[in-house]
Amino acid sequence: MIADFDYQFFLEVLTGGLLSGVMYSLVAIGFVLIYKTSGVLNFAQGALLLFAALTFVSLVERGMPFALALAVTFAVMVALGIGIERAVLRPLTNKPPITLFMATLGLSYIIEGAAQLIWGTQVHGLELGIEDVPLEVGGVLVSQFDIFAAAVAAAMVLLLSLFFRYTRIGLSFRAVADDQFAALAVGLRLPLIWAGVWAAAGLVALVAGLLWGARLGVQFSLSLVVLKALPVLVLGGFDSILGAIVGGLLIGASEKLAEVYIGDYFGGGIESWFAYVVALVFLLIRPSGLFGQKLVERV
Amino acid sequence: MPISSHAFGAIEASVYAPEIFAQGLPAAPRQAHEEPRQLAAEDAAPLLSLEGIGLSFGGVIALAEVDLSVRPGEIRAIIGPNGAGKSSLINVISGVYRADRGHVRLNGARYAQVPTQRLARLGVARTFQNLALFKGLNVLDNVASGIAYRTRSNFAGQILGIGRSRREQADQRGRADQILEFLHLTGVRDRLAGTLPYGLQKRVELARALVAEPRLLLLDEPMAGMTAGEKSEMAAYVRAARDRFATTVVLIEHDVGVVMGLSDRIAVLDYGRKIADGTPDEIRNDQRVIDAYLGVASENEEGAGI
Amino acid sequence: MSAITTDLSATELSKGANLSSWLAPLIVVAFAYIVVPLIGGSYLFEAILLPFLALSLAGVGLNILTGYAGQVSLGSAAFMAAGAFAAYNFNLRVEGLPLVASIVLSGIVAAAIGIVFGLPSLRLRGFYLAVSTLAAQFFVQWALTKFSWFSNDSASGVIDAPKLCIAGFEFDGAVGRYLFALTVVVILTFLAYRLVSSQTGRNFIAIRDNEIAARIIGIPVLRTKLLAFAISSFIIGVAGVIWAFAYLRTVEPAGFDLDRSFQILFIIIIGGLASIRGAFLGAALIVVFPLALSRLGNFLLGDVFDSGVLDMSQRIVLGALIILFLILEPDGLVALWDRVRRRLLLAWQSS
Ligand SMILES: Nc1ncnc2c1ncn2[C@@H]1O[C@H](COP(=O)(O)OP(=O)(O)OP(=O)(O)O)[C@@H](O)[C@H]1O
Ligand SMILES: [Mg+2]
Repeated sequence: MIADFDYQFFLEVLTGGLLSGVMYSLVAIGFVLIYKTSGVLNFAQGALLLFAALTFVSLVERGMPFALALAVTFAVMVALGIGIERAVLRPLTNKPPITLFMATLGLSYIIEGAAQLIWGTQVHGLELGIEDVPLEVGGVLVSQFDIFAAAVAAAMVLLLSLFFRYTRIGLSFRAVADDQFAALAVGLRLPLIWAGVWAAAGLVALVAGLLWGARLGVQFSLSLVVLKALPVLVLGGFDSILGAIVGGLLIGASEKLAEVYIGDYFGGGIESWFAYVVALVFLLIRPSGLFGQKLVERV
Repeated sequence: MPISSHAFGAIEASVYAPEIFAQGLPAAPRQAHEEPRQLAAEDAAPLLSLEGIGLSFGGVIALAEVDLSVRPGEIRAIIGPNGAGKSSLINVISGVYRADRGHVRLNGARYAQVPTQRLARLGVARTFQNLALFKGLNVLDNVASGIAYRTRSNFAGQILGIGRSRREQADQRGRADQILEFLHLTGVRDRLAGTLPYGLQKRVELARALVAEPRLLLLDEPMAGMTAGEKSEMAAYVRAARDRFATTVVLIEHDVGVVMGLSDRIAVLDYGRKIADGTPDEIRNDQRVIDAYLGVASENEEGAGI
Repeated sequence: MSAITTDLSATELSKGANLSSWLAPLIVVAFAYIVVPLIGGSYLFEAILLPFLALSLAGVGLNILTGYAGQVSLGSAAFMAAGAFAAYNFNLRVEGLPLVASIVLSGIVAAAIGIVFGLPSLRLRGFYLAVSTLAAQFFVQWALTKFSWFSNDSASGVIDAPKLCIAGFEFDGAVGRYLFALTVVVILTFLAYRLVSSQTGRNFIAIRDNEIAARIIGIPVLRTKLLAFAISSFIIGVAGVIWAFAYLRTVEPAGFDLDRSFQILFIIIIGGLASIRGAFLGAALIVVFPLALSRLGNFLLGDVFDSGVLDMSQRIVLGALIILFLILEPDGLVALWDRVRRRLLLAWQSS
């Protein structure tokens, strides 16, 4: 049995899983940004992703140069983020988190509907100029596209960390995340910061949307990518960027391994729920998640 | 000093509310002490004792080596500045927190963590520093929920209204009604708890705790945020409850005036440590307490706030 | 959602209104049994009343879990599917089993699945729990599609409803199926009402409003949570049976997707959390509103739009409706209804 084990193959599956895990992490980070600063689990993140990818593709298809389309889409996402903050979240300040969650659920319906109403419902191909061919790295075959996507995601994470650490507005994000009331007391302007956070989440959605769109085609089902990110969040914690990264890697890897090694026992197709089960089992063993401290509720 | 207390004697806390005693009160299964309570309690075994309790959150030490014993029938106050660990202590006693070190002895049994789920059956009830009523239930049902643990009928019986379920419900609401009357809450009986003013909500919480006729009652700042008048009213209720149900009371309260008038013995916490323990008179004259906690107050006889 | 009032306390508020609080539902039920079958056409039954009844019942079920017990679930459609497929299989595989028995058994199957997927609620709260209920959604849908045994080896898991026959009486045609659905819904709604006004229902509310306080006073928190999952799933499962047997007659697992779960969630938000009436009001709006919207679209603009555009506009308006309700009327249609009624009553008294 052991002798039959194909390490080469195992490594390939594992690497593939880890790399696709990075893509999950990228989507999850969009959630974390908003959750950390305003305590909202933003279900509309998937819709934003779809909207960004669809806008970008449609602009390119209409003959706009790549870079310009990117800039325009980014501007649109920022405007959208600010608009959402104004129209939906501000009237709901101080409402329980679950109310805000439901509002973002409604928001996702609006954005999905609008995206397709504006740009149509057909499937668009998205070519980023990276071919999806296997590449040999250290004796293991890896998809070139996967490596590219992982690199972009890593760059994104680095960018965000630098931003949070070294810029003024980034620092105020963190202050808000740590303690909203204190931040308010020292005169940070929350609405401005929230608008900024939504803009940042829009940027993450744009990058994730392009990468996922290139892989799956730009179409409605792109917004379902959130469903991949949610178990990552449960595992890593809704408020931890590091958790989102490690959680994404864990889920990506275990999902691929399970699909290949035990999927047959279930008749295949287990990826729709497997990630959730991994997250739940993990939480049963460690209720505070990957990096969460053990919090004792104050009474 | 971050404490909103009044100076000694600024408020005469021993304001009795004679009408409370005049009323017909619910029949308690345990009769109130007839003989002078103090004497009987003196040599009785403690009802509750904490031994070497230590608790910390991350780097913050909430409690360190705290011992405490509570005799049957006494009103035992715990005072101390903000963040001294008073609430943590009550949370340890009620099993909401698990102490890192030490144990709790209750009715002779020893616990590393008191089983919260069985607390009511052990004869312990408590109130919370921040209101913890069930906002979506009316006052009557909030109070009746204090004895919901005695319910023996199951959901099917309750849906169909068969078996003991009707009798149980009538009985529980009847008891709740008596307590409401005792605490003068009958007027708001059918209001949703969340719609009441703060002071009344505090009283409803006391009612919910009292309805189970607990042997041990833990009160975490029952008078916080009240006017002087409301405070003395509440103090009278606490005392009346103790006398009527022979309940032992552990009381956290910032208002030193109220505490001195109401309690039999006082423990003082500071930075998680117990720095003094004794009768009100002993505490009043304890140098460490005056230094750590009461210093400013004792110079400020007028109680003009600190 | 801030100040949740319960039907229970609402009735108790208006003391002495005992008779009138029973009178209104009685009149509605009598009207539904006697007048509606006489005046309704088949469009009314097939397109409006049957889905309305099934979704209302599902809303009642979810409201018990989410509105009363405070546990948010995003997997309701899974329990509808479980109920529908269980009833189909009981009916198919157990010779001579009466329809009523297969419905009850299918509810029990759904309840059992509900308990399993409710287990995380013992350790998780809030969003963590909400997300984990998605596991039920995806797992059940996957299992029903994957294992063709559940659909008796039919293509892509499609099942056909059996004849609706109870005690020799056949519920035939649109009106018959309507009466069948109505009867099931009335019975279960009555029981649900009894439940939420019982001690168990109050325990649900206690756990929702303050879990620690509930545990301290000795309410068995874990058992009560699982009970809420079980009862809620039972009702939603039976709603699934109505959906499959009385409304659509032919269903596949894909019909019980995440969108359906959200639809049920929307029903209770729009209708009003922790209110039995709310589920009905919300379901009415959710069912009637798209029909009205497409009628309106056709009327105003003719047939220029294809169904895709209509679909998308419906999505947008539905989303906007949710947000509007959360902002303007967080306690749902029920609160609106009560306010209007009070106004009318006042106006009537003063005149
Ligand atoms: N659940 C918790 N998690 C983290 N820290 C806690 C928790 N509960 C208490 N603490 C910390 O333990 C210390 C003691 O808190 P505690 O609430 O017991 O004080 P207290 O004496 O009740 O103060 P107050 O008079 O303000 O109510 C404080 O520093 C507090 O921040
Ligand atoms: Mg405290």
